[in-house]
Amino acid sequence: MTEKLISIEAIAKRYPAPNGVQTTVFENLWLGINRGEFVCMIGHSGCGKTTVLNILAGLDAPSEGVVIVDNQAIEGPALDRAVIFQGHALFPWRTVLGNVAYAVGSKHKKWSKAQVNEHAEKFISLVGLKGAEYKKPSELSGGMKQRVGIARALSLEPKMLLMDEPFSALDALTRGTLQDEVRRICLSTGQTVFMITHDVDEAIYLADKIVLMTNGPHAQIAEIVENPLPKDRERNQIHKHTDYYAVRNHLIDFLVSRSRTFKDEIAGKPWDPMNVPLVRPVAIPPSAPEPMRKRA
Amino acid sequence: MAINAMSISFRAGALSVLILAIFLVTWHIATSGTGAVQQMDPEYAKLMGLNATQGKSAMPGPLQVGATLWQHLTNPFYDNGPNDKGLGIQLAYSIARVGMGYLLAVMVAIPLGFLIGMSQLMSRALDPFIQVLKPISPLAWMPLALYTIKDSGLSAIFVIFICSVWPMLINTAFGVASVRKEWLNVARTLEVGAFKRAFTVILPAAAPTILTGMRISIGIAWLVIVAAEMIVGGTTSRSRTSSTRSS
Repeated sequence: MTEKLISIEAIAKRYPAPNGVQTTVFENLWLGINRGEFVCMIGHSGCGKTTVLNILAGLDAPSEGVVIVDNQAIEGPALDRAVIFQGHALFPWRTVLGNVAYAVGSKHKKWSKAQVNEHAEKFISLVGLKGAEYKKPSELSGGMKQRVGIARALSLEPKMLLMDEPFSALDALTRGTLQDEVRRICLSTGQTVFMITHDVDEAIYLADKIVLMTNGPHAQIAEIVENPLPKDRERNQIHKHTDYYAVRNHLIDFLVSRSRTFKDEIAGKPWDPMNVPLVRPVAIPPSAPEPMRKRA
Repeated sequence: MAINAMSISFRAGALSVLILAIFLVTWHIATSGTGAVQQMDPEYAKLMGLNATQGKSAMPGPLQVGATLWQHLTNPFYDNGPNDKGLGIQLAYSIARVGMGYLLAVMVAIPLGFLIGMSQLMSRALDPFIQVLKPISPLAWMPLALYTIKDSGLSAIFVIFICSVWPMLINTAFGVASVRKEWLNVARTLEVGAFKRAFTVILPAAAPTILTGMRISIGIAWLVIVAAEMIVGGTTSRSRTSSTRSS
């Protein structure tokens, strides 16, 4: 039995609309995240993914419900939950070291400057930026900036790492390398991660569990997909795995049509938002009889 | 490329000198006078002054202005009583006034701008006052200042202060209010306190906008000092301009 680090309990987000009626982005959302788990959330724009992440970060408050981290309800942003922002959000007036040291210094207020810098430099070299410590963000490429963002978040040694489409602004090659780095670092430190993405392949490569959100408004978690691929998967081998297309097709099917029609799918059936179905799409052996080979 | 660039700057310089020469010659010709001497009653001629009676222009020519200017520049620090001081002393007085008024404006505008930029409540509450006070002309402040403050020097400083405070205040408030939300979120997730956040995140982020406001303000302060000193009098760089005219 793994320990539950995060428990999202019945959260909702509603905005007042001009005509006096409230717009509900999502409601009655339940989700648990175990320690050391890498969870990705996938869904279309407008389903409230970023809001969920901001609530987890404490930057936004839910209209209803609570989020419990380590047996304590979230009351605001805290250093135990580090965020990697989509647009890296580095301070342009600080150097690479300055940006990371700012975070380290905020967490360890009693540390000396030398201690702070030493700790910061450890994480700068961890993301492969050794030698660029004294560069300003404007002198760095997009990939390097995001590496600094990752180093800044990791240097806090948080209980939970929150990533909001961290690689979406990068080109395909840089994205691949950074995914590798993040996966390597998170696996080696047993980091708990919650990540938002649009990219199905990114989710399959990185995540242990993939949370599927239906379209907003009134978005809900449709199901949680357990990644059938082995933990020691490699990027260049992943597509050869027998279950790869099963899980990929399942995700794409969901994004293309089921995210839209999911409400009809469950209409009239008993539905428990506290326990959404846990799905593990695996390849059906070709020897199986035809009727069993329904859409994965 | 370098030769080309040099030749264009050389030609531009030559052209500037030529334009200056044309201007000076035209000025000289225009003020050299008609030459026609009118016969008039000596009493009336005294009233009209030499210019009218000898057919000279009322406007001094370039040579006259040049001579007076040279005289002032070569002896900038003489002091012959309250109404006759050297150019250097008078300039120092003006700069001191601008400096005082501007410094006061900085001290008020930047903290107040921070407050307005950071708090929606203060922004809304103070907006009507700013909108009413901002467009008041420096000339309109002058009599009010003279009447209430009495002292002419302090009035000048007050007018400079009140006129240069607005661009700085508005730019600071704008700069502070438009700090990227992501940066503020970073500070929030790092649990940075409000005070530290103002100095380590908001100030550097808003600095370019604040500096723009400060530059506009110093320009306005220097414009306003001429108007202020013209009315309040005393030792000024302005009194030099008008005494040049009368000598």
